[in-house]
Amino acid sequence: MADPVTPAITTVDLTRQFDTLTAVNRLTLSIEAGSIFGLLGPNGAGKSTTIKMLTTLLPPSSGGAQVAGFDIVREPTRVRRAIGYVPQMVSADGALTGVENMTLSAVLYDLPKRVRAGRITDALAFMDLADAAHRLVRTYSGGMVRRLEIAQALLHQPAVLFLDEPTIGLDPIARHAVWGRLKESRRQFATTILMTTHDMEEADVLCDRLGIMYRGQIAASGSPAELKAHVGAGASLDDVFRAVAGRAIVDEDAGTFQDISRRRRTASRLG
Amino acid sequence: MADGARVPALLRFASHASAIAGVDLRKLWRDPTELATRALQPLLWFLVFGQVFDRTGVIPTGALSYIEFMAPGILAQSVLFAAIFYGIAVIWERDLGIVQKVLVSPASRTSLVVGKALAAGVRGLIQGALVVVIALAMNVRFRTDPAGMAGVAAAVFLGSALFATFSLVIACIVKTRERFMGIGQVLTMPLFFASNAIYPISMMPRWLGMVASVNPLTYLVDALRALLLAHAPAAANLPLDFGVLAMILAALVGLAAKLYPGLAR
Repeated sequence: MADPVTPAITTVDLTRQFDTLTAVNRLTLSIEAGSIFGLLGPNGAGKSTTIKMLTTLLPPSSGGAQVAGFDIVREPTRVRRAIGYVPQMVSADGALTGVENMTLSAVLYDLPKRVRAGRITDALAFMDLADAAHRLVRTYSGGMVRRLEIAQALLHQPAVLFLDEPTIGLDPIARHAVWGRLKESRRQFATTILMTTHDMEEADVLCDRLGIMYRGQIAASGSPAELKAHVGAGASLDDVFRAVAGRAIVDEDAGTFQDISRRRRTASRLG
Repeated sequence: MADGARVPALLRFASHASAIAGVDLRKLWRDPTELATRALQPLLWFLVFGQVFDRTGVIPTGALSYIEFMAPGILAQSVLFAAIFYGIAVIWERDLGIVQKVLVSPASRTSLVVGKALAAGVRGLIQGALVVVIALAMNVRFRTDPAGMAGVAAAVFLGSALFATFSLVIACIVKTRERFMGIGQVLTMPLFFASNAIYPISMMPRWLGMVASVNPLTYLVDALRALLLAHAPAAANLPLDFGVLAMILAALVGLAAKLYPGLAR
């Protein structure tokens, strides 16, 4: 686990360019260990690109970052060992059972054989999936799939957990169940969580601090209360979002065709 | 977190690769319909193409009947056709997010690719066994010595792993199912016809013979012809055949491991 005094994630001038588009533009950020940090922002603001770089899936064009004390460019394997990741898409394998999905993660993360079965049982129970452990995941509800994916990502007890829109497509009850499990895992294991979301209620309920991204940079950051107070008395996070990224609510910034179709596919698969 | 650091690297590599392979094979075990439908095509080649050409006698096959001559070719072909579309499954896994998830794990990229190749190899063995059964029914006379059978299994495994890894490389480059289907169709026919699968290289015009001699399928068929048939022509150069297949496979695994992370970008 990361030392609670040092930040779990720091980025310095982190930049990613795709041809002429600068998706993430000199992002400098520090996230305290043990906290839940929410990245908000309109589609195409650079949230997913930021997560891809921090999880070592995408090399930065310039600048750098440390995750759990390791450099994302020079020590990618150490970073991978220290993090868990739940992509926005459905990453659990529907053709396998819950336990089989968990076992694959356990092996890929080198969990010793003697603790594997016990940890998998515990993790499934923690996520309220004990009864469904031996069912094929394609028979799970959307909320169960998400909880399984989070259980997979937490199995090796990572210092930092990355979640890309964890409750997209879930009904309110399933959403609350996921939130409850995330808070509990932070409480028990001091996991640092970096998540993206479009859901202002989720940001308000779950996150200690928020960063609102706009065109590849953090346009505003602070605790939900601070951000709201800054906009005015009685303001909601929606108001904050609009104040910061208001200009983005035009068609050209609402995400590419590919973004939208992927998002809807995920939502329909989980829903 | 430090759990993994204590395990020797080679052991980790083997367990990662076999976990990836195990997942693919488990899915195949649960839904083997694809294997059955893929057995149809070789059956048609034997029944239609084989029987017609068996009567013409225009293809010089030495002491063998034409059906016998083509049996190793059809075996190699069925391995090729099944393996070359392996990449589609990987593109599907990419669209789902499964590729992203394994790529953020500390498992080496090479172990992930080797796992896929192992699964394809085993799959090829099952596929191959079906073709052998069909060929037996067509009165093809096989070698029955253990060395021959082990050799056939090794060649089929190697060939299937090779073409599946080739398919994976293509998947990493094109990244979408639509483009992949187009390229898969375009590749299989030249690989098949520019080889010694259904006619000997000696019949080919010079340029096509040169193409065939750099085609890995030719080496697979050459090895299979010697290892499979009871009255095989003694022409096969097994060390060369296996050497070429192993080298190409190694090169493709290296290339695929380099390209695989690109699937998550």
